[in-house]
Parts: sequence; structure tokens; C-alpha cells
Amino acid sequence: MTAKADAAGARRATHRRARFAGLALGVAAVLAAVAACGNGGTGSGAQNGFQPVQQTGGKLTVWVDSTRLPAAQLYQKAHPAVKMDIVTYDGDANGSNYLQTKVSLFNRTRSGWPDVVFSSQNNEASWAVQAGFTAPLNKGLIPDATLRGWAPGANDPCLVDGTLYCLRNDLAQTVLWYNAPLMKQWGYQVPKTWEEYQALGKRLATEHPGYLVGTAGDNFTPEIYLWASKCGANRITGPEAVKVDTTSAECTRMAALLDSLVQNHTMATSSVFSSDFDKNSADKVLMMPGPSWFGGSIFNEAFKTPAGQIAAAPLPQWAGDNAPSVGNVGGGTWLLSAHSANLKDAADFLTWVSTSDEYQGKVSPGYPAYAPAAKTWLAKQTSSGYYSGDITGPLQTAAAQVWPGWGYGQFSQEAIWAATVTPGLTAGKTIVSMLPDWQKAVTDYARSDGYEVSQ
Amino acid sequence: MSTVATTARPAGSPSRRRRATWPGRGGHLFVAAYVVLLIAFGVVPTVYAVYFAFTDAGDNFAGLANFVAAAGDFRYLSAIGHVALYLVCWLVSLVVLVVGLALVLHRVRSAGVSRVLRFLYYIPGALAGAASVMVWLFVLDPTVSPVSFLLRALGFSTFGEVVAPGHLPVLFTLIAFWTGAGGWIVVMYGALNNISPDLLEAARIDGAGAWRTAWHIQIPLLRKWIVYMAILAFAGGTQLFVEPQLLSQASVGVAGRDYSLNQLSYDFAFQNNNVNTAAAISVELLVIGLVVAGVFVARSGFFDAD
Repeated sequence: MTAKADAAGARRATHRRARFAGLALGVAAVLAAVAACGNGGTGSGAQNGFQPVQQTGGKLTVWVDSTRLPAAQLYQKAHPAVKMDIVTYDGDANGSNYLQTKVSLFNRTRSGWPDVVFSSQNNEASWAVQAGFTAPLNKGLIPDATLRGWAPGANDPCLVDGTLYCLRNDLAQTVLWYNAPLMKQWGYQVPKTWEEYQALGKRLATEHPGYLVGTAGDNFTPEIYLWASKCGANRITGPEAVKVDTTSAECTRMAALLDSLVQNHTMATSSVFSSDFDKNSADKVLMMPGPSWFGGSIFNEAFKTPAGQIAAAPLPQWAGDNAPSVGNVGGGTWLLSAHSANLKDAADFLTWVSTSDEYQGKVSPGYPAYAPAAKTWLAKQTSSGYYSGDITGPLQTAAAQVWPGWGYGQFSQEAIWAATVTPGLTAGKTIVSMLPDWQKAVTDYARSDGYEVSQ
Repeated sequence: MSTVATTARPAGSPSRRRRATWPGRGGHLFVAAYVVLLIAFGVVPTVYAVYFAFTDAGDNFAGLANFVAAAGDFRYLSAIGHVALYLVCWLVSLVVLVVGLALVLHRVRSAGVSRVLRFLYYIPGALAGAASVMVWLFVLDPTVSPVSFLLRALGFSTFGEVVAPGHLPVLFTLIAFWTGAGGWIVVMYGALNNISPDLLEAARIDGAGAWRTAWHIQIPLLRKWIVYMAILAFAGGTQLFVEPQLLSQASVGVAGRDYSLNQLSYDFAFQNNNVNTAAAISVELLVIGLVVAGVFVARSGFFDAD
């Protein structure tokens, strides 16, 4: 009996030990996992002295939005020897932060970064440099002679402490797009000042109700109208400092103008990208202030406005203002990963997509930031026969008039406007009445990104 | 020795002895696969989050600093308000409608009709979470919606008007109910079928109509199922994320941005590069879920034997 009891006891003990071992193993696994993850937690790379990783070559991974997909495809066609993995993503449009989200995950797992990325936003350098994602381009990767070809100031959003961290794809200077045959038919003059623009809006409301002089429903409404009006809502004064003043005279004069036109229904309140605008308003556009890419992307491709109608004029200015100013909507930037194991091919691709006549001059829908390609692009626009008259003059003039008082912070002005002002506009509030809310929202978001905010 | 012991015992005892040393071996086997997944995708991430919540970016102990940072954020209180309002709409409509529909379904005499209804209720649940929300993005846009006449009758002519901030709790409730309630109706129906027909028969003989039977017999007997549903729905509701996040992208940021606590956590992690504060918010959600589940379980006698 004793022996039997011992045997049973031993079995019980063994069983208990096994269970304990299992538990210990489980706890160890959890701790190991936590430790492993914890170690991968700090993702910031070298910021000043750029140390390339071991160059092992291999596949070149590029991320582009659907509009820039032809750029990557053309490069692949012209360079069949380069192995490429072309990935399309949303291009961070409307401040979606997709790229930042992914890079922050890749920094944790320490792998997966794309070699070259296109972003439709100009503010990527503001976080990507801190995250150690972007490689410095003017320290040997791209020759200075090439870099000198960009339009003056075009690469300013990419400069951090004098080092260039991205290349501008296109300029997105704003002009006044208008329907030339319609203007002529109705006997209207293209407005030269905002006052004339507003007056024409009033006339249009009574003479041809239903037609539009623009829309205030886009996320980039502040960039088209308020930026052009020199509204100081986004003065980036340092790497972590911003000056926000949305209630100055420069802001309120433009907000009041928009309000009056929204009220008489000549200014739409939905986005040019919305199904609603496409269906109900696309063929009712008499005028529309907008960036250079509106001509190709919006009128030609999205609205399918027939050839021979759309023309460009310089953006109206405020009467008595001697320093003409225009806004800017995106333009996009190309970033090169500091983690690329194939810097040679990556730099070659980057140079090609941002400077080549084959893409920038002949295919790109937007006005190329690289000046020689811009010449080809303008010549192609003129010879395409799509536009009524020559759009070269207004676009070239506007390229040098983008008001420099609007910067590129880490927070997305487009996302802030969309969440703060657009719902109110839809609900019938005036923009003037929402300017203080806008001020507060910009301040809050800037602070949450660590910015020092002053007014 | 053991041979002697065995022979001394009555027949059939060896198997009984094996069962005594490791009772329910088959059960362990069934649960094992689940336990592995639970550890990998439940326990490890939870421990990981708790670790993050109490440390800073340099892996040093941070006390409650991350919780203070989260509570001090300008989006925090409004996110709590949004989630609370959504929970009220969601839980009330879920409990009332699911129980109501299950009772009606149970009353349907025709087996064919009942089967078809159960199938219809269940279909939306068969779509994966994000996909079923995508369906709603089309339904809610008057320009492309198959029910645009309804939206127009309600006075909405653009997507922007439909997704006005004041409408969001109702819209999210609609989406969540459509995607999640069908499965619960089928579960409640099963539970109703478990109620002894004798009991219902007795009630009928005593003169109870459909209403009294439901109120005094069926619903009290469903109590545990209702509590179970409420616990899971509460936990799911506090973690509201997919609906506002997708809506935010569909409306290009006009509606649903920074709406829920989970979105705020996501923003902290991926926009502000602050995983620790993000983890603090998820730990808060975990604690709230556990506490509420505890209260519900204790109050309802959830684990009491019948």
C-alpha cells in the first residue's frame, strides 16, 4: 500500500511539475515577446551623419498614388533590368497619414520600408526626418547641378536645417480656371480683382442661377482662397513653432467673400472630388479658382469637360494690393528611404521620375517643379488643343507668386479644416463665424504635435 | 506492486483511475488550440500594452504619466462623450430589438418563414466587419444610394448633410446593429427554444397571452443570455473604431475623425509617435470593460447554477 501511495504521489508530483513547467514556459514566452518588442521600440535613425545600410541591391520597392502610377510604370518600361515592386497607396491624400503610420510600424519591426515614396502632401519632411526615414539628397545622392534645375523655392518644403530631404514633384500654384466660351457668350469679363470676382458672382446668381464661380467644400479651400489672401493661419516659424492668426483682416475679407457667394449659391459647398459635385455641378462651372493640376485632373479627367472650353487666367488680387499672391494646393514630394539597400537604383529612379521629360514633361498632370520639364509640359499643354487659349502665361506668373507666409507643419491643415469648418458650412454656418473655432483647432492640433503656438 | 493492486480491484477501475489522474483530457485538447491563440493574440498584446502604459519612450517606469497625458489631450473628453452616447444608443437598441425580434421569430408558426427570416437576419453578420461598413458608405450617399429616395425624403441631398456631426451616434448604431445584431437574434432564438414547452403550455392554460408569456416567462429565462450579450456588446462598443475611421476616410476627414477613444489611441501611436500614451488609453478601455463585465456578472448571478 505504501508503495502504491508513493507511486501515486510521484505521479501527482510529476504532473504538478509538468503543469508548473508549462506555466513557466508560457510566462517566459510572454516576457521574451515583450522584451523583444520593447527593444525594437526606438525607431529613430541617424539624423545628421547619414550612414547608408549595406548595399545589397535587390528589388526596388516604390510607393506611388494612382495618379503617379504611370511614372513608375514608364520607368520600369525604360529600365527593364531594374527589378521593381510598384505599390499603390492613397498617397497620403487629405492628410491620411498612411505613410507615417506605416513608417512608424516599419521602424518597430526594423524592416519593410519602401525605397522611394511619392506623397501628395508637402509636409512629410516635418516628421520623416525625425523618424529617420528620409535620406539627405543634397549630400552626394543627387548632383547639385541637377538640384539647381528646380524652380526657385520649389524644394523649400523639403529643407530641414539646410539639408534637402525630398524632391518636389509639381508646383500647385493657384490660378483662375474659367469656361471661356461661356464667359464670352454671357458677355462677362474675367475678373482681375477679388472685388470684381465677387461682383460677377452676384450677377451670375441673378442672371444664370445654378452656375458656379468656385467651390468652398474642399479640404484645401483654405489653401486656394485664404492662403492667396495672405491669411496667417499657418506661419511655421521654426522646426517646432507656428504662428496662427485666423481672425486678421486678411482672413476675414476672404472668408466674408466666400460667405456672400455661398449664400447666393454661386459658390458650391461640396468637394470637386465628391460624387455629388460630379453629378450635379461639374457642367455648371463658369469659374473656379484652383491649383495648376485642376486643368488636367479635374476638368479634363474627372469632369470630362470638352476641349476648347477651359482657360486659365491669373488669380484675382485684392484691389490696391501691390504684391500679388497666390495659394498652393499640394504638389507632392518624392522621398528616398534612408534604409534603402539599393541607393543607386533608388536615386536613379527618384531623379528620373522628378526630372525626366518622358514623365514630368509629357505625362504628369501637374506643372513640373523641375524647370526644364515645366517648359516641355507647358508646350505640350498648348499643343494638346484641350485648353481655350494659352495657359502658359498665367501658370508661369503664378509659379513665382505663391505667398511664402504659409508653411508646412506636421499637422495637416487640410484635415483640420475638414473636421472643423466643413461640417459647419454644410449646416449653414458662415465661415467668418467659424474662424475662431478654426484658430482653436489649429492651435490644439499643433500643440498635440509638440509645436509652440503663438498668435 | 501495481499489478497486484490492479488485480485486487474490481473490473473497470483502470479507466476510472486514468480519468482521476487527468480528468477531461479530451477537453484539454479541444481548448489547447484556443489557448495558444489566446496567448498569442490576447494575453501577450495585453501584457505588452500594460508594459507600454507604465513606461516612457526610453523604457523607464513612468508611473501614471501616460494616463495623465491622455486625459489632458484636447480630444479626450469629447471622445469619451461620443463613445458614451453611442453606447447608450447601441445597447438600448440592441437589447430591445434583438429580444423583441427573437420573440417574434419564435412566434412564427411557419417553419419555412422562420428559416428564411433567420437566414436574412444572419446575412449581414456573414460579411467581414470593414466590408459591411463599406456597404453603408454607399447606402448613406444620396448620389449613389439605392435608398436615395428615403434620404431625400428626410431632407438630405449630399453625403455631407447625412454625416453631419449630430447624426453620427445614430448612424454608427445603425451600422453596428445591421452588422452585429443578426447573430444575436439567432442566438436568442436558440435560447428561446430551450425553454421547456411545458412551462409555456402551463402559462397558456393559466390564461397568459403572448405579451404576458414574454414578459413573465421568456424574458426572465433569457436573462443570462441578455447579460452575456450586453457584456460583449459593451466591450465591443467602447472599442468603436472601424465605423468612424472608415467614415472619416470616405468623407475625406469631414466626419468621424478623432471620434472614439480607440481612434485617439491610434492617433497617439501613429501620428504623434507616442505609443505609451496610446497604450494607456487601451489599458483604460480594458479596465472599463472588465469592471462593467464584473458588475453585470455579479448583479445577474451569471455563474449561478440553475
